[in-house]
Amino acid sequence: MIGHTESTEATAQTVQLRLRNVPRTSWRFLRRWPVVPVVVIVLLATFALFAPLIAPFDPNDQNLRRSLARPMWYSEYYQTDPIGQRLETRHILGADKFGRDVFSRVVYGTRVSLAVAIIAMASGTILGAWAGITTGFYGGLFDELMTRFVDVWNALPFLLIALVVSITVGQGVIIMMVLLIMLTWVGLVRNVRAEVLSLKTRDYVLAARVAGASDIRLMYRHILPGVSNLLLVLASLRVGGLILTEASLSFLGVGIPSRIPSWGQMISDGRDTLDEAWWISFFPGLGIFLTVMSMNFLGDWIRDRTDPRLRQLSD
Amino acid sequence: MRNFLARRLMFAALSMIVASMAVFGLAHAKEDPINLFIQPGYFMAPETLAALKAKWGLDKPLVLQYLTWAGNMLRGDLGDSVQQQRPVTKIVGEKWGATAQLAIVAWIFGTITGVPLGIVSALKRGSPTDYFARGFALFGQSLPAFWVGLVGIWIFAVYLGWLPVFGRGSGLPFFEQAKHYVLPVLVLGWGPMAGYMRITRSAMLEVLDSEYIKLARAKGVSNRVVVWKHALRNALIQPLTIATLLLAGFMDGAVLVEVIFAWPGVGRVAVEAVNQNDFMLITGTVFIFTALYLVMSLVADLLYTIVDPRIRYA
Repeated sequence: MIGHTESTEATAQTVQLRLRNVPRTSWRFLRRWPVVPVVVIVLLATFALFAPLIAPFDPNDQNLRRSLARPMWYSEYYQTDPIGQRLETRHILGADKFGRDVFSRVVYGTRVSLAVAIIAMASGTILGAWAGITTGFYGGLFDELMTRFVDVWNALPFLLIALVVSITVGQGVIIMMVLLIMLTWVGLVRNVRAEVLSLKTRDYVLAARVAGASDIRLMYRHILPGVSNLLLVLASLRVGGLILTEASLSFLGVGIPSRIPSWGQMISDGRDTLDEAWWISFFPGLGIFLTVMSMNFLGDWIRDRTDPRLRQLSD
Repeated sequence: MRNFLARRLMFAALSMIVASMAVFGLAHAKEDPINLFIQPGYFMAPETLAALKAKWGLDKPLVLQYLTWAGNMLRGDLGDSVQQQRPVTKIVGEKWGATAQLAIVAWIFGTITGVPLGIVSALKRGSPTDYFARGFALFGQSLPAFWVGLVGIWIFAVYLGWLPVFGRGSGLPFFEQAKHYVLPVLVLGWGPMAGYMRITRSAMLEVLDSEYIKLARAKGVSNRVVVWKHALRNALIQPLTIATLLLAGFMDGAVLVEVIFAWPGVGRVAVEAVNQNDFMLITGTVFIFTALYLVMSLVADLLYTIVDPRIRYA
């Protein structure tokens, strides 16, 4: 009997202790794991995948009666449209000059940003890994040419080059993707090459060579795993910048064609009506900011987690 | 040192040649490059057309075309703007001052805020100040500059009415003109400031952790002297070397900022040139920016050797 009461008291005490620790442990958990960035990115991925289900309107559906309709929290929202009829449908984040629903366009815009992040980053990383490993492994003339090319590319103002391309070659999704892939892989070559130069003199690589491994096998079985860590960290650190670049190009009107809703384009659309309809430009920009911020956070976290030696890479 | 300088100069020249080849190649992505020199839909006298073809060697083989073109560039003839019918060098020359002014003011702003912030952040590692500074830097690297510019206009110019909406405000009294600089400089300077802050912070942390700092402390040197004399001098090498590159790198940012704030500079000229299909004008600006960047990186390398004598170039 006595023992029983004691144990309940003890349990109550531990529970109390645990409860007192909840804020501290949850804070620790939040600092240890990238909860917020992952939540944002999962949300974006959901938006991108299920855009037709989530968006209440077709993103390109124009309706001049709803031109510059206000977001739903405005009290004047329930008032009449310019003709004098009551508005039936709600626009969560308002509508733009052509009466296109801003929320739907923001939802569809995630598709462009994530596609850029995935396609340009993945192909750029693969190309960059290939170029970095080959140049570092073989050296010689190819290496020299590639290094010079990287230096020259770095000296060119990227946005202006993109503008030149848009005049001479034209505009479109594929052209923009090619530009972004170029931007990505050229940025990787130097880092990968430096790592390969040190890896290829390691004993285990030399041993594999003595054992009769071919060049291809050496590069892809023995050296590639050694740089995969670096590739992951670089890719995750740079993907945010890539999304920003895409948005900048679309903002200048040389990126994604206007029939596809993209965040950069939307910000540009709202410029003229900034004084009466701030929401057109504001929300896509908020989307870009949240996405890039999450990616940067996640990149920092992956870098710190995988290899503290890489700390200087972000700068 | 002389060898190094010669090599760097050769590399700069090589870069210019490759860049010119790239632009030339892009120009010939269209079937007939003459279309880049004349305005579509406008009549041009056959003699003028022939003169234009002769000047740019458009009737010769591709290699000769390139050489003619490069020769014209070398002589400082970047061609005529199709839209304005004026030499590109003249147009860029007129707009150059506005861009340079904006870039330099933003550069000064980024330097005098970013570097001290990095130092403080490193000295008070883990403190609220450190978190605040790092958060501020992270924002600077995650926010799209053109959006910050628009939101800034919306809040400070449209809503509050404190600052002018656009333009450079030339001809106004100094204080009024300074108001025109506030938003563009903040927007253009935020990203570089974040870069400065991160680099200064990590350099400072690394130096503070080194053996000679520990020795200095063990000898009983006062904290102030250790921080400001021993540590800071060595930690400043990295920010200093990127300083020149950042100034050149402002050119990309300047394009966006000038478009948003209707700043009458070269970046806006470039974007307008795109909208009007003015090929010569945009290649001209690309060339000038590239040359500028190469000169800046040369200066950065030289500064590096002067500041850090440990570095020797073979």
